Amino acid sequence: MTVEWDWIADHTGELTALSVSHLQAALTAVLLGLLISLPLAVLAHRVRQLRGPLLGIANVLFTIPSIAIFVLLLPVSGLTRTTTVTGLTVYTLVVLLRNTVDGLDAVPAKAREAAKAMGARPLRTLLTVELPLALPVIMAGVRIATVMSISLVSVATYIGDGGLGQLFTDGFQRNFPTPVLAGVVLTLLLALVADALLVAVEYVLTPWNRKGRRA
Amino acid sequence: MIEFRAVHKRFANGTTAVHDLTLSMPAGGITVLVGSSGCGKTTTLRMINRMVEPTSGTIHVDGRDICSQDAALLRRSIGYVIQQSGLFPHRTVLDNIATVPLLLGWGRRKARTRAAELLETVGLAHDAGKRYPHQLSGGQQQRVGVARALAADPPVLLMDEPFGAVDPVVRTQLQDELLRLQKELDKTIVFVTHDIAEAIRLGDRIAVFRTGGRLVQCATPAELLARPADPFVADFLGAERGLMLLSLIPLGDLPRRPVPEGGRWELVLGPGRRPKGWRDRSAGDGDGALLPVRPLRDGDSLLSALNESVGSPCGLVVRVDTEGALTGVTSREEVHDRAGTAHASAARAASAPPEPAPRAGDHPPVADPAPASAPGTTGGAP
Ligand SMILES: Nc1ncnc2c1ncn2[C@@H]1O[C@H](COP(=O)(O)OP(=O)(O)OP(=O)(O)O)[C@@H](O)[C@H]1O
Ligand SMILES: [Mg+2]
Repeated sequence: MTVEWDWIADHTGELTALSVSHLQAALTAVLLGLLISLPLAVLAHRVRQLRGPLLGIANVLFTIPSIAIFVLLLPVSGLTRTTTVTGLTVYTLVVLLRNTVDGLDAVPAKAREAAKAMGARPLRTLLTVELPLALPVIMAGVRIATVMSISLVSVATYIGDGGLGQLFTDGFQRNFPTPVLAGVVLTLLLALVADALLVAVEYVLTPWNRKGRRA
Repeated sequence: MIEFRAVHKRFANGTTAVHDLTLSMPAGGITVLVGSSGCGKTTTLRMINRMVEPTSGTIHVDGRDICSQDAALLRRSIGYVIQQSGLFPHRTVLDNIATVPLLLGWGRRKARTRAAELLETVGLAHDAGKRYPHQLSGGQQQRVGVARALAADPPVLLMDEPFGAVDPVVRTQLQDELLRLQKELDKTIVFVTHDIAEAIRLGDRIAVFRTGGRLVQCATPAELLARPADPFVADFLGAERGLMLLSLIPLGDLPRRPVPEGGRWELVLGPGRRPKGWRDRSAGDGDGALLPVRPLRDGDSLLSALNESVGSPCGLVVRVDTEGALTGVTSREEVHDRAGTAHASAARAASAPPEPAPRAGDHPPVADPAPASAPGTTGGAP
């Protein structure tokens, strides 16, 4: 199996476009997933009775095979980007929801108490104390969800989208390994870079965790 | 002024934490709540800022029923030093202190300026402001907790074992600073501790609780020590109750005598007539090492005089003025005698409040050590 560098050189424009589209699908899904799971997680955290059902639903959704999700969505949104993103979003929910709930659980009771005792109302406590303190655990979820989404985008090739995944079908159909290899390497690169960026974002957002013990 | 009227707190699990509490805490004073663990001190404190809602009864702060006010707004108007600091781990020291001013909408710049000011008030270095709580020592964290409670200059301050997590030296230092601050700021302070010595040191009034949230006695430190309401309180105050009482009574005008001429011991003075130590004349050459002396001022307590009289080689307590210059000496017998009468009269005063407080001049010193002067054995009313 040899790599035909000429092919790669001839297709850089296409490869770049596919990478961008791939990343776009994955990141949009994670962002939507966050927007949906944040309020749900807060609800699950505050109302004990809702925690079981909400986490349960997310778990069940996660067990649906990915192709099946796209197929199920076809009658609703057809062969579009929306279908891809919606499918991926469903998968991010399970990890984002669970980690956000866990993160909120891990906020020291003392800090929450202190905010209340100083006269902060619940929304302010959530935004300025609970979410910042839950951030490391939430970010761990975001990292998993991002990497997972990046690897899952390819599945959407079956509905005509799929970013870099299109390289796989192309390569298989023509029995030509170079596009397949390029797709694998690029997917890996995207995942690595996205993960590294998220680590950097967390580092910037949690200055209290990086300063060493007593200076 | 904080007033509890028939306040009861029963938690959902059936625990009665506070039982029928009626108590007033005077404005501008420090009221200390003491009692063994689990007797309802924290619950009592937290009902004042509505962190705990009473089951029945009412609480008024400065004449207003706290339940008629918005809880969040009430809390912003009451400083609260939480047990074991309770600082926000993700905020710098400066931002921790600025919490309430920010909630009150002062704006970031003004809140930070005020926070920086408070760093100094509580004796922290300016650059501590940029650190995070975990980068500070226990004592420094406690200071930040106090600064945070003071930030919006609330008239009422609730302090829950604020000096619990520090060693005795730092603890004494923090207590001194609280007393100094209180002189300047004149807050109404409710202070929880289970250290009776701390209560005696800081309290204008001390409320003793027993398990089940029952208030047993609320009195001034002297009254409490001289006349504990029942064996429970006496037991709680401990075996050194008599000595603690002496720590509250100043030396004052206990007569000074000239340093005796001749005799075995000579008091050596340094520049400005400052006592340096005792020299043993019988040691011969006069070159012998000086035995240390700790001269006392009039504001020092009878307890320290008693301590000095025991430690002094010749039984004389050395007295100085505010400049540290020698004013005279007082004999061990005089100190003991005063300790005895002071003790007895404190007990009398406590049992019959209208009687005028004893003055030093009412009791001419007697040179002969009466049996009643042994401290620690008295305490009940004569
Ligand atoms: N939220 C709660 N629910 C049920 N019981 C409680 C609650 N808070 C306190 N209690 C109980 O009420 C009693 C009084 O508790 P509180 O915390 O007021 O005691 P404390 O005097 O402050 O004790 P410590 O010196 O240990 O701090 C205890 O028996 C405690 O277990
Ligand atoms: Mg307590």
